[in-house]
This record gives sequence, C-alpha cells and structure tokens, in this order.
Amino acid sequence: MTASNPAPAEATESTAGNGRLPLMIVAWLWVGAPFAYGVYELGLKLKQLFTG
Amino acid sequence: MASMGVPDVLTRARTVAPPGWSRWLVPPAALSIHLAIGQAYAWSVFKPPLESSLGLSGTQSALPFQLAIVMLGLSAAFGGTLVERNGPRWAMCVSALCFASGFLISALGAATRQYWLIVLGYGLVGGIGLGIGYISPVSTLIKWFPDRPGLATGIAIMGFGGGALIASPWSTELLSSFGADSSGIGQTFLVMGLVYAVFMTVGVLLVRVPADDWRPPGWKPSAAAARPLVTTAQVSARNALRTPQFWCLWVVLCMNVTAGIGILEKAAPMITDFFADTSTPVTATAAAGFVGLLSLGNMLGRITWSSTSDLVGRKNIYRLYLGAGALLYLLIALVGDDSKPLFIIAAAVILSFYGGGFATVPAYLKDLFGTYEVGAIHGRLLTAWSTAGVLGPLIVNAIADHEKSAGRTGPDLYSTSFVIMMVLLVIGFVANELVRPVHPRHHDGPSAETKATVGPESEGAVR
Repeated sequence: MTASNPAPAEATESTAGNGRLPLMIVAWLWVGAPFAYGVYELGLKLKQLFTG
Repeated sequence: MASMGVPDVLTRARTVAPPGWSRWLVPPAALSIHLAIGQAYAWSVFKPPLESSLGLSGTQSALPFQLAIVMLGLSAAFGGTLVERNGPRWAMCVSALCFASGFLISALGAATRQYWLIVLGYGLVGGIGLGIGYISPVSTLIKWFPDRPGLATGIAIMGFGGGALIASPWSTELLSSFGADSSGIGQTFLVMGLVYAVFMTVGVLLVRVPADDWRPPGWKPSAAAARPLVTTAQVSARNALRTPQFWCLWVVLCMNVTAGIGILEKAAPMITDFFADTSTPVTATAAAGFVGLLSLGNMLGRITWSSTSDLVGRKNIYRLYLGAGALLYLLIALVGDDSKPLFIIAAAVILSFYGGGFATVPAYLKDLFGTYEVGAIHGRLLTAWSTAGVLGPLIVNAIADHEKSAGRTGPDLYSTSFVIMMVLLVIGFVANELVRPVHPRHHDGPSAETKATVGPESEGAVR
C-alpha cells in the first residue's frame, strides 16, 4: 500500500469472503462449539435456581 | 521488514488482509483469545483442591488469581502501545505464549509441590497473557467494523465472559478424572495449557488487519462523525491521558464495575443471607443457579447493550447502565426480602449493565479519540477495572462482616452496601454527563478521512 492509492477500497458484503466459506464455517465452529458446551453447562446450573 | 525483535511473520505488515477477506473472520480470531483467557474467572475451581493438597489457606490459594488480575491491568496499561505498534498477531502470539506457559509452569509447580511456581506461572506469566490478550483484538475489530464498533467489541468481550463458562465445568471434569491431589492438579494444568496453546494459535493465524484504505461498503467516516461525540480526528494514547474525557470515562468504568463486581463476587452467600429469615430460604443448589443466572446476564449484556450502543449512542447507553443501575439498587434496598423474583431479576439486569460497560467502552474511546491508538488507550483505561476489582468486594465484604458482628441478619447485611453502590453509580452518571468532544489541541495523527487516502509511510511519519 502506498501513498499513490487514489481512492479508498470499498468491500461489498457480496464479494467479501468469496471462496472462503469453508474457512468461515470452520472458524466459527472452532469458537462456537466450546461456547455451546459452556452455555449448555450454564443451562444445567440455571435449572437448579428454579428446582433447587 | 520486521520491527526490532519481532519475527517477520508476526508483524503488522504481514497481517494485512488480502482483497476479498471477510471481516466476519476476525471475530472468531478474537474469540479464540478471549474465550481462552476468560478462564481466569473460573480460578475458584482450583481453590479447594489446592488448599487440601498443599495445605494452603483461602487467602493463599487466591494469590495466583489476584496476581493475574493485577498483571492484567499492568500489562494492558503498559503493553498497549507495543500492541498498537506491533499489531494484533504479535499481541495474540505473546498472549498465547504467556497464558499457556503460565499453565505449564503451574503444572510443574503442582507436580513438585512448589506453590510459588503456581503463583509465578499462573499469576505473573499467565497474567501478562491476560492483559495483552484482552486488548489485542480491540483496535483491529474497531478498524474492521467502524460502522458497528459496539457489536464487534461486544462479541469479543462477551467471549471473556464465556471463557469461564467453558473452563469451570471443563476443569472440574479434568480434576475428577486426574484426581484432586497435587499430581492430578498438575496434570489438569498441563492439559489445559496444551489445549489453550492450540486453541489460541488458531486465532493468531486467522487474525488480519484491514488495508489502510479499506472501508465497509457504503460507509463514510464523515457520516459516522455526524453523531454527537464521534470524531474523525485522532488522539494518541499519550495525549488521551491529558484529556478530561479519559478521566471521566475512567470514573464511569470504575463506578460501573465496582457496582457489578460487588454482587458478582459474593453472589451465592448474598442471596442465601438475604432470604435467610423468610419462609422460603434459598438452598445452596439454588444459590449456584443464581450465580449461573448472573453469568448469563453478564455475558448477554456484553453483546446486547454494546450492539444497542451503535444505534442509540455511547453516552445514552451509559446513562442507562448507571441511571437504571442506581434505581435497581434502590429498588432492592427498599423492597428487601419481600420479593425474591424482584431481587433475582434486578441483580441479573445490574450484571448485564456491568458486562455492557466493559464491552461498550472500547467503542466509546473510539468515538472520542479515533482509531489511531485506541487499543493503547483502552489498555490504560483498564486500570479502572483493577481498582474496582479491589473496591467492590472490599465494600460489600467489609460491611457484611461488620453488620454480622453487630448481630444483624437478612437484607440488613447488605442494605448499606446497596446504598453505597447506588451513590457510586450516581457519581459515574455525573462523570458520563461531563463527557464532551475532545478539544482539537489534543488531536494528532492522521484523521480518518486523511488515512483513507494516504499510505502507511505517511502514518509512520506522524507516529
């Protein structure tokens, strides 16, 4: 990138991430799966508030 | 070219996103750091086994956590400028190395029954990983999401809350598999260190910074700046410390966190004591559920309120956190133990404001000081968190102990604390009202408009 760039590069939502869908899925699963485990365990704990 | 002492592959220049890179790949990179370091809030799982296997007192077993939190504040405050200079990949790498090494050193300490190694490993080395990791993705996310900074930082900082939700049951299971003696604790630390190293490395590899001239579709800095308090000017971390705005926000964050942490730290005994004199006292199991509900409120508040701030503005959302928070404390103090549902709902909402305060503050800083060194400014602001971490529990515990020794029970143990929390929130509210746009004499660095048309050479010259 140099000072000669004439105009800002605008991404569009449709072009952004083209061809990177598998990476996107893997990346979100990587963080989503342990998070879901944590939320599930929290759900079990929450149940105790109403049944304990 | 690599900066001094920074491997080339970790430099900011090597992290610039190629054309077509989706910005939605950046939040998972940030989450892989925050979900890991959020483990800090689950330290309490290790306290009982450490106490019984190494013969420690409660105060001693809390040392690694306390040192880690102190190191979090210090490394975020003093390492912020380095993080800005070297970029997010370097910062995330340092965070992963320190955090995972902290566990490995602690594993050695537990296996050899050398407690000082656990304090040094988890507290000192791991604590540096916490501070650098906490601020590492913030300015990158803000640069990728200048149109929705509250949403972006809300996702990452929600991860810090979510980290404990994962680590708490996971470390409990590991301890029950390996055993709660010193050898079992050592093995648990070892597994956690290795798993966190791998988990965080994915974030290190995935993170990208946007090209200097990159903008979201249809977004213009001048349009965003049309909102009150939002600037296109840039303020360095050094100059930010000289502005009243920084210190107003410091007070806002400190008061908001103090008010939340006071409940959070003592949640289980608080609800048990509060309803002890009623016909339906709270059992230990239900109290654990209450702690879970507060965690949920804390986590949801981070994403919900921070995203909402993109729509209603940062100043308004802090009016809600501080103003409504004060009213909720008043309500709890007035109603006492007459209504359990009211107490539970009010506490959960207060905790959602606590989480929201953390998640919204990077976007507030970006509005006031620009994106130039927002990560470094955020790091310095986190000293408010360290202060509140001492203040909140101190107030609630000292007053409860005093009231107990005076023979009081039930809501009387906490009503004075609640009034103090209300006053603190009002002080925070006033500090938020005093926030005005930063005076142009503090501006430096290129404006966002200028940055879009000049290259890094020009930016470097300004720096």
